[in-house]
Formats: sequence, C-alpha cells, structure tokens
Amino acid sequence: MGKSTVILKRLGKVFNREEPQMSVILACLLILALISIILAVGLGPVSVAPAAVAKIVASRLPLLKDYIEPAWLPVEENIVWGLRLPRVLLGMIVGASLSMTGVAMQALVRNHLADPFILGVSSGAAATATLGMLFGVFTFLGRYSLSLSAFLGAAVTIILVYVISRVRGRINITQLLLSGVALSMIMDALTRIITLSAPNALGLHNVTYWLSGSLAGTKWGYLTLPLLVIIVCMIVLLANHRALNALLMGDETAGTLGFNVSRLQKMLILVSSLMAGTTIAVSGTIGFVGLMVPHFTRLLVGSDHKKVLPVCALLGGILVVWVDVAARLLIAPEELPLGVLTALFGGPVFIWLLKRKTG
Amino acid sequence: MKLQVENLSFAYDDQPILEDIFLHVNQGEFVGLIGPNGSGKSTILKNIYRALKPAAGVVKVDGENLFNLSYKQAAVKIGVVPQEDVLPFDFKVEEIVAMGRSPYKGLFDADTPEDKEIIRSALARLGIEEMAKRNFLHLSGGEKQRVLMARVLAQETEILILDEPTNHLDISYQLQILDFVKQLQVTVLMAIHDLNMAALYCDRIYILKNGRIFTSGTPEEVLTEEIIADVYGVKADVRVHPVTNKLTITFLPHSINCI
Repeated sequence: MGKSTVILKRLGKVFNREEPQMSVILACLLILALISIILAVGLGPVSVAPAAVAKIVASRLPLLKDYIEPAWLPVEENIVWGLRLPRVLLGMIVGASLSMTGVAMQALVRNHLADPFILGVSSGAAATATLGMLFGVFTFLGRYSLSLSAFLGAAVTIILVYVISRVRGRINITQLLLSGVALSMIMDALTRIITLSAPNALGLHNVTYWLSGSLAGTKWGYLTLPLLVIIVCMIVLLANHRALNALLMGDETAGTLGFNVSRLQKMLILVSSLMAGTTIAVSGTIGFVGLMVPHFTRLLVGSDHKKVLPVCALLGGILVVWVDVAARLLIAPEELPLGVLTALFGGPVFIWLLKRKTG
Repeated sequence: MKLQVENLSFAYDDQPILEDIFLHVNQGEFVGLIGPNGSGKSTILKNIYRALKPAAGVVKVDGENLFNLSYKQAAVKIGVVPQEDVLPFDFKVEEIVAMGRSPYKGLFDADTPEDKEIIRSALARLGIEEMAKRNFLHLSGGEKQRVLMARVLAQETEILILDEPTNHLDISYQLQILDFVKQLQVTVLMAIHDLNMAALYCDRIYILKNGRIFTSGTPEEVLTEEIIADVYGVKADVRVHPVTNKLTITFLPHSINCI
C-alpha cells in the first residue's frame, strides 16, 4: 500500500489535472498492476522469487509456454498457480469492482461519501448471502445462487437508502449517512441471527469471514462471474459517462441536458448492486475501498467519468492486491482479514473527508 | 421558435400550486416572470423544462407538444439555466461547458473537433476563454453564472429558460448577464425578482400571484403603482427614466416618511 501511494503522489505531480494524458496514465497503471500482481504472488508465508513467478505464469500462457524452461520446484508451481495467482487476480477484480461501485453510487446520490460499506449495501448483501449459504434459501437460483442472493440484498439496501434519504427530491447528506448506519446495523443484526441459528458449523466459519472480508481460499472458479460483471458494468458506465457527469450537476440539470434521469438512476442502482453483490459473494465485506479510490482518482484526473472509471478500476485493483499482501504478512503465519485492514486506514480517510466537507 | 403554455396546473400532494396558467413567448421575445416569493415562478419553469410533472395542461414549442418529445429531443429545443445547485464534485470549466453538447451525442461518441470549436466559441463569447482549464468550484458567483451561460450557449437552442439568473450577483454581473442574453436575440422566458431589471430588459412581463397569472403586458402596462401595491403590498414610485426611457421603480418603505 505504501508503495502505491508514493507512486500515486508522483503521478499526480507529473500528470497534473490541467491536461491529464490518459494514455500515459493508463499505460503506467497497467504496468504497475502487472508488476503488483507478480510481486504479490511471490509474497507470503512462503516466498517465491518474482522471476520464478513470471516464468511459472508464462509457462501456462498459450503463446509463451514453448519458450519457458521449467526450473522451479513443483511446490512453487502449486503455490503460484494453485493458491496465490487466483487470489491476487481476485484482489484486482474485487478492488476494481468496489471502486467502480463507489463511483456509481456517488453519482447516484451526488455525494463523495457514498460507498457500499458505509451505506450498508455490503451488510445487506452479506445478510441475504448468509441466509442463502446456511439455509440454502436461494438454491433454486442454481450455481450462482450465492452471488444472486448477495445481489438481491445489495439491491434492496441501495433502494432503501436511496428512498429514505431523499427529501423533497433531494438527497440529504445527514439522512443518507444515518440511514446507511441504521440499515447496516439492521442487516448485520439479521446476519448474526441467521448465523446463531445456523444448522452447521462449517457455514458458521464461512460467515465470520463475510463480516470481516477476506480473499483467503480463493479458487479459480471464483473469478469468472465477478470478472464478467465488471466488464459489462464498465461498458455500461462508460457508455453513459456523459450522463453520469450531468447527473453530478443535479437531477434537474441532467434532465435539461437531455437525459432520462429516472432511467439513469435505475441503471445505477442495478449496476451498483450487481457489482457489490457479486464482489461480496466472493470476498466478504471490504470497506472504504469504494470511498478512497474514487476520491484519489478524482484528485489525479478530475471528475470526468470517462477518465475516472478506468483509472479508479486499476487503482482499486492495485490497492486491494497490496492490502491483501499486508493481510498475509503482518501477523504471519496467521492471516488478518482484509476488511479489518481497509477499515483501519479507510476510516480515518472517511473522517478526513467528512471534516473537509463540512468544515 | 415560439413557446406556449396552455392551461397548466400543478399540485404538490393535492395542494394546488399553479392553476390555469396560460402564457406564450413569441419568437425572439424576452419575457419576464415576476411575482412574490412562493407565487410559483420557478414552479412554472420547472413544469416547462419537465423537472416537475403538471397535473394538467400542455407546453408547446412551435405548436408541437413538448411532453411527447424525448428528453434528448427537448434538450435540443430548450436550454435551461436552473437556479444554482451546489456542485458536489469539481469539474473544469471546459468540461462543464462540454455538457451542453450532451443532447447531440450518442452513447460512445467522443467530442469532435466541431464540438470543441463550439465550446471554445461559447467561452469566448462570454469572455471567459482563459478560464477553460480552471476548476469550477474555485470561481466566484458571477464567473460561475457565466460558465453556466456558456454551457447553455453550447447547447445551441433557440429557446432559453432562465431561473433568476442574476440572483446573488453584484450589479455589474447582473447587467453583464442580462445584456448578454438580450443580444443573443433568442426566445427567452426568465423568472426574476428585481422589478427594475425586469423593466430594463423584458419586452413583456407576466405577474404571478398565489399560483395564478395576475396580469400581463409590457412593463409600462403592468408595472404600475397600483399593481405593485396589489401584488406585493408595497408602496412604490414609478416613473420613466430620462436616460434609459425605461421605467424605474423606487420603493417607499414605511420607515421613511415620504408623503
């Protein structure tokens, strides 16, 4: 994490907000993301040298595999390919997804304090997902029942927060934050009740990680759905980047600029709950990423969504990958839950934003 | 283009706010909407630009019912400068002006060189070209209003709706903004508080009271001492100014014993 903030600061100086050169910024971030992935795969209770990581990964790629000579231990290959790589890649996806969810929710409520965790959306998703996991309530939804149930919980909470905090056609900040707090308490309480009446202990164990967020135990199969969802949502959001910009000017202004505001709001609710739901289903609740990353992205490239969306997806991915490395290493061989770490430094950022806004 | 409002009524939770509003703005006319606080000026404008849904009535642009158009189609005909809304995120001035091009853009369209030229010229016409890269939230109130005018200019509509565009501005900006709108020679419907400004710039005026049109006509016809007393309950002295040849209204407060 320390590394990425330093680089972030330098980038801010080199590519100022006057004329951010998007191609350069995106290229730098992509390279940074690749380096982060390779380094992060190597780091853990058992370290693997970055060169070995790169070779093992390359040996699995269709075009490169003929040129790679196997010079590593089978256990290294197991750790890299079987354990760490899916986990690190999922970190990228989860970080990107949470950041984009933050951007979408912030456009919806016109407030930079919106984040799936703060507004209780994560808790809502966790509650319905727990319900599904422990009692199999949503098994009729098939293979992706967990993700779908999390999506339903996320959608219900976003709609509730949105309706409660809208006073005379306007989102009231106080109402927004307080209804977020109240809803996440209610949803967490539901999760506890469901957990305590759990029919099996295995489910109980899984549920605890949901409440604190973790990427431990990631399997390759976890990646497909969240990846598909963020690709689709990114396309939808980028296609509507002008509408999102206009929405920040206010609902009325967006209407006079030719946008169907109520349709946009429904789209944003759908997109945010899809991303929040599928992410939370695989990683539990990881707070404050959707708050911090869009904020620092805007400091870097301004508020235009055409620039904000791709940059925040990459930055969010890089951030979560490094926080997950820290979660693995800080008290090794034990693991810290990822969500605990993001809350530890995300909370102060939130307070700082809150003070700056009202002060 | 001609703007017509026919038989417009509006209610908040069954409480009538506007009743039987008929008004029209002819091509190229500058029409003012005045009245006390809460008389329904902004509400009429919001019903016209579809931020509110009327209980009854139609709004027509050149005879065509506006409510049958999509938001996008309507945004090509009517440009709006709403009352200032707090902007939660900072944009660059040129990004805000570029939003005026939105109704001409498809989903993935980027700004073309033509759009950029329109944006540049809109900034130039308001004399704020050098502010293009500045942050909107760092500007003064008068500068912000000029940026919003540039945005609506980039929208290239023939009808302009302005909701108290001079609110909170110092006198030099007030004159600057209204002079600018006047020389555009587009069709303008504007809500305004300041009766002297209305007298200086408007071709015709509608006076609202309690959600109904009290009277309408040229400034000379409607800004009389009797009507001002009836609508606002204020004593005023109205005369033609020797330099402007327009009406000038001096209010006579109770605390000064004038007569």
